[in-house]
Order: sequence, then structure tokens, then C-alpha cells
Amino acid sequence: MTTAEKYVTAAYLAVFVLLLAYVLIIALKLARLEREVAELERLARARSPRQPETRKAVAVG
Amino acid sequence: MPRANRLPLLAALALGLTTAAIAMVFFYAPLDADGFNQKIFYFHVPIALTAYACFGWGAWKAFVHLWKRTPGADLESYVAVHQGVIFGVLVLVTGSIWARYRWGQWWVWSSNQLVLFLVLFLFYAAYFMLRYSIEPGPRRASVSAVYAIFGVALIPVSWLAIHLAQDIIHPVVFTSKGPQLGGRELLTFAVSWAAILSLAACMYRLELAGKRLDARLKSLRELLA
Repeated sequence: MTTAEKYVTAAYLAVFVLLLAYVLIIALKLARLEREVAELERLARARSPRQPETRKAVAVG
Repeated sequence: MPRANRLPLLAALALGLTTAAIAMVFFYAPLDADGFNQKIFYFHVPIALTAYACFGWGAWKAFVHLWKRTPGADLESYVAVHQGVIFGVLVLVTGSIWARYRWGQWWVWSSNQLVLFLVLFLFYAAYFMLRYSIEPGPRRASVSAVYAIFGVALIPVSWLAIHLAQDIIHPVVFTSKGPQLGGRELLTFAVSWAAILSLAACMYRLELAGKRLDARLKSLRELLA
């Protein structure tokens, strides 16, 4: 590999690594959001226990 | 088309264009007098132009926020500036690698273009310090918007510096006589720029979706508290 090829490889690797770091940050954020959604779902379920189903009789036909 | 459907489409476009650009850079574009090192140009310059576009978009959204008080314009401005800073880092890194090979130095302080781009980059890096030094709310949004608009004035200065600079250290490809590139080089450059722009648009939408989701979860948490 020539010196020029090494520098070109380094430049392209720098772009690739920075974009991968960005993907990693977004992935970590997504994982945090998933945890928060799960926590909110648990909170919502705890606050509104399922009510016994009551149906009103209606005339059919 | 609903906003949510644009992200996969943009991601697919970015993937296709980036693959095409890399293939064209290495297998289609001819070598010029600069030799193999010139292959850096096909990504370095489009990344720089994309950084300018992101800063410009951020300033436009900031203007929309100040003018119409459109909900979400402040967040869009913030995300665009963030993308601009990311691409700014890439410009400085790829440019320094190119310079190390061509000039034997990582950085040349005597080049006006390099120094002005660094000033532009540092100005927008300081945007985050300013933004996070103010409590969230309308004041933070307005101050950030004014700052983002001021920053965009540095873009034409940076661009003009290339043409007005007497140092001739930094190569000038786009002159008043048009691009100094052959047909295959110009086509490769155009595809590379389209690839980087689509990548930036994809990253912008992705980050914006994350931030919006974050804000909605926060308000939902407050409702359930």
C-alpha cells in the first residue's frame, strides 16, 4: 500500500467511524426511549386497573 | 406522504447513493495530477458543502421560529445546527488528512479559508453552550434562533475567502469560469454530493424523530405523574 493509499483509507475510515459513533449514540437513545415507554406502560396499567365489563342491553333488529 | 414514511425512503436513497459514490470514486473517476490522494476530495468537499447547507437550514428554521413562531421550528433549527457541527468535524478531519499528505502538515494557519471554516465551526460549536446555559422555554428558543441566524452570515465570508484569498495554498476547483473538473470527475463529484446530502437528510430526520418522541414521552410522563 502506498502512502497516498494509506491517507485515503484513513480519511474514509474517519468518516465511517464518526458515522458509526452517531449510529451508536442513536441506538443508545433508542434503548433509553424503549425503557421509558415500558415504565410509562407499567405506570398507566397501575393507575387504571381493568374495570369489570358492564354492558347496556339494547334492542336489536 | 406522511412524515413518518419518509425516513426509510431517505435511508434507502442514502444507502444507494453512497454505494454508487464509493464505486464511482474508486472505479470510474480518473486520477488527476494530485494522484490517489485526490480521492479524498470527492467526500471532503461535498461534506463541507453539506455542513454549510445544514447551517443554512438551521438559520432558515430559526428565522421561521422568530417570524411565525411555528411550533417545532426551534427544535428543527437545533437539529440542523447539530448536523452541521457533525459534518464540520468530518470536514476538518478529512481536510487535515489530505493536508498532511499534500502539504506535510495537519493544519496551515496562513490559509484564510481553513481559518474561516474553523471560526464558523467554533461559532456553531458555541451555539450549544449558549443554548444549554439558558433554561428551556421561549427565551432559550429565541436567543438560540438569533445566534443561528448570525452564524449563517459567516458562510458567504468563508466561501468568498476561497476566491479572495491570495495564499493559493488551498486548491480552488469551483472558480468564476465554472468547475475545473473533467466530465467523469464532475459526475462523480455530483453523485458524492447527492449521497452526502441524502445521508444528512436521513440523519436529520432520524434525530428529529428521536427528539420529538422524547418530548412526547416527557409530556406523557407528566400526565401520568
